Amino acid sequence: MGFEGAKESFSGRIKEVVIGATDEHGGSRSRRLTVGGSNGLPFHSFESEMPHKPLIAMDIVDTLRMVSDTQLKSMGDVVKDPVEWAKRCEKEWGADICVLKLQSANPEEENRSVEECESLFKEVLKAVSLPLFVYGCGFEEKDAKLMEAISNAGKGERLFIGLAEEKAYKSLTAAAMANGHGLVAFSNLDINLAKQINILLMDFGMKPENILMDPLMAPLGMGLEYSYSVIERLRIGALMGDPVLQMPMICDCSCAWTVPEVLEEDDGKGTQVERGVNWEVITAEAALMAGAALVITRHPESVKHIRATIDDLYGGV
Amino acid sequence: MPTAMEIYKLLPKKNCGECKFPTCLAFAMQLANQKVALEACPYVSPEAKAALEESGAPPIRLMTFGTGDMAVKVGDETQLFRHDKTFYNPTVIGLIADDSSGSQGIKDGVALVKSLSFERVGQNIRVNSIAIRHSTGDPKEFLEGVKHASSEGLPMVLMTEDPGLMGETSVAWPKRPLLYRATPANFDAMIEVAKRSSCPLVIGGASTLDELSQLSERAKKAGVTDLVLEPVQGTCAQLLESMTVVRRAAVKKHFRPLGYPTISVLGSSDLDKGRATIGVAKYSSIVLMDELSRGFVFPLMVLRQNIFTDPQVPIQVKPGLYKVGEPNEKSPVMFTTNFSLTYFTVRADIEKSKMPAWLLVIDTEGQSVMTAFAAGKLTPESVTEAIEKEKVKDVSKRNEIVIPGMVSRMSGKLNELSGMKVIVGSRESSGIPKMIKSFSG
Repeated sequence: MGFEGAKESFSGRIKEVVIGATDEHGGSRSRRLTVGGSNGLPFHSFESEMPHKPLIAMDIVDTLRMVSDTQLKSMGDVVKDPVEWAKRCEKEWGADICVLKLQSANPEEENRSVEECESLFKEVLKAVSLPLFVYGCGFEEKDAKLMEAISNAGKGERLFIGLAEEKAYKSLTAAAMANGHGLVAFSNLDINLAKQINILLMDFGMKPENILMDPLMAPLGMGLEYSYSVIERLRIGALMGDPVLQMPMICDCSCAWTVPEVLEEDDGKGTQVERGVNWEVITAEAALMAGAALVITRHPESVKHIRATIDDLYGGV
Repeated sequence: MPTAMEIYKLLPKKNCGECKFPTCLAFAMQLANQKVALEACPYVSPEAKAALEESGAPPIRLMTFGTGDMAVKVGDETQLFRHDKTFYNPTVIGLIADDSSGSQGIKDGVALVKSLSFERVGQNIRVNSIAIRHSTGDPKEFLEGVKHASSEGLPMVLMTEDPGLMGETSVAWPKRPLLYRATPANFDAMIEVAKRSSCPLVIGGASTLDELSQLSERAKKAGVTDLVLEPVQGTCAQLLESMTVVRRAAVKKHFRPLGYPTISVLGSSDLDKGRATIGVAKYSSIVLMDELSRGFVFPLMVLRQNIFTDPQVPIQVKPGLYKVGEPNEKSPVMFTTNFSLTYFTVRADIEKSKMPAWLLVIDTEGQSVMTAFAAGKLTPESVTEAIEKEKVKDVSKRNEIVIPGMVSRMSGKLNELSGMKVIVGSRESSGIPKMIKSFSG
């Protein structure tokens, strides 16, 4: 009697979520992307369907405050200009999606006005044809006004707006719903909290197919194992049939560049750039192995590596 | 593990009580719970003993290679997901030194591996192994390299499919190297070398897991049981599938022929780095690579450290007084717990403020602020003790201490015990930059 590995199947399935809108669907993006749809553990193609490859988004921050010197040196002056940065993501670096992080709206830092941020968003929208995500600065009052403006300015584009949190989700959700955008639902490293925010959003009227979950990806060496296990458990919970956990997950791995061990000089651990890129790549690949459908990265080299691994996980195609 | 009833069937059923339990059934229940050893029964038959040892063996055999302090353990895993319990034996990471670069190349490889050893959050993390491969080079260079490596203490993998050449590596055998590898083409001869050397052996070259399991059965029948399996793994997809199916068969089905540690032999391309990452996360017991750049292998080892952390035992940082930036006697003092995640988060948030500060890390046995407070491990007493031990009042002349907002309730008592002014800080770590800036104003 020959050995044959047992195939495992699940009753649940990750929901399909559509990102971006082409002119056919009322937007101006060059592509309309879909994530999710799998009924198995990540990359288990030998026993499950995985119709959509995970996507790689690149983030663009609108203030140098959030860019390390190493990145500035390695990525060049382009990071001083968000519009050029976004163009580069699309034309040269192979991103699927651009995530515009409007950090400069932070009232305790640059405190840039809603109008200024909105006009930057419009420029980026015009400069690139990729689907866009737009994140606010994390201050509820400011983000409420900011995201309302962004939602209106991006009407029809099927943006994803973030980050909706348990304590501050109503204004963001209203902004997203007003113009048919999606929402990124953030929770802090906890399965119950991840579930809770999804329930709150749905009670508020958000449809599940408009939600992506961000369960907080802790970078390598800074608690990655917690995130890894939370994401694995969320994925398994979704596959076991819990509808409130079936939204595809997005993991922001650009946080790898804030890790002190990446920023320190130590030739015994390689150059900062090589170490940083691998730090980001390994963080992202761990997120993908655990169950992420979408990763956000910062460095162009990271995108290449992660893309190659995803393709190889799909059998080299 | 067999159930109590399965064990009971194999016992003599005499109820003699010599095992100190009143009946054989009671003894069987203790055995099933691994509370007693089978040796306590004087009448158990050799057949029953063999059967029970077989079924009671761990689902994946534990295997050691190398000797002394540097020896590595692989296998003995019981889970598919770390959150279900833990992963026990971290993936062995090794460098392949090929004899095409001569014995000098092998010596350089050994030296490189020895230099890839680091202290990180209180643990030593290192590249654990040197693999010496015979490919195009002169067998003499290979053997000289093996001889050199044998005197260096690192666990070795000897890589040649030529049983004749493997048979000449006896200088290394007392160091218990892993022999790579027996394939369908050289099987019997390589098994003989494994027996003669008493060294563990990799079996591979099978095109399916069925064929691989047949090879492992043949090895076992020949008396070689310290085995490592190398299933097909050409792409990331195959690697993940093979490793998952092998792990499941061993852990969930107790399928003995696949109940051994596994190995992934990789090259040096970018894709191989992706495969190594997958191997560490998903069940490769040993990952060997043609090249280990420092900027890659260090993060890879951090991943291994993260994945193989016991989820029930948090990683801790050493308690003490830490400098963030270059603080002086006018800089503020803050405290937090020694749960690594808490410490790193607080530290990163202080760094964001770009203001120097002293960070006093209290020993809470790795618990976070609220948990430690609730458990009575973060108390005015323990903080005061740390303040005195670390001579906080000498390093900072402000005579003030910033308390995490979540535990503001202990302010009064802390002030009374320590004599320092207590400033209630932000509730969340993310509020720290704003708070620190307000101190300087």
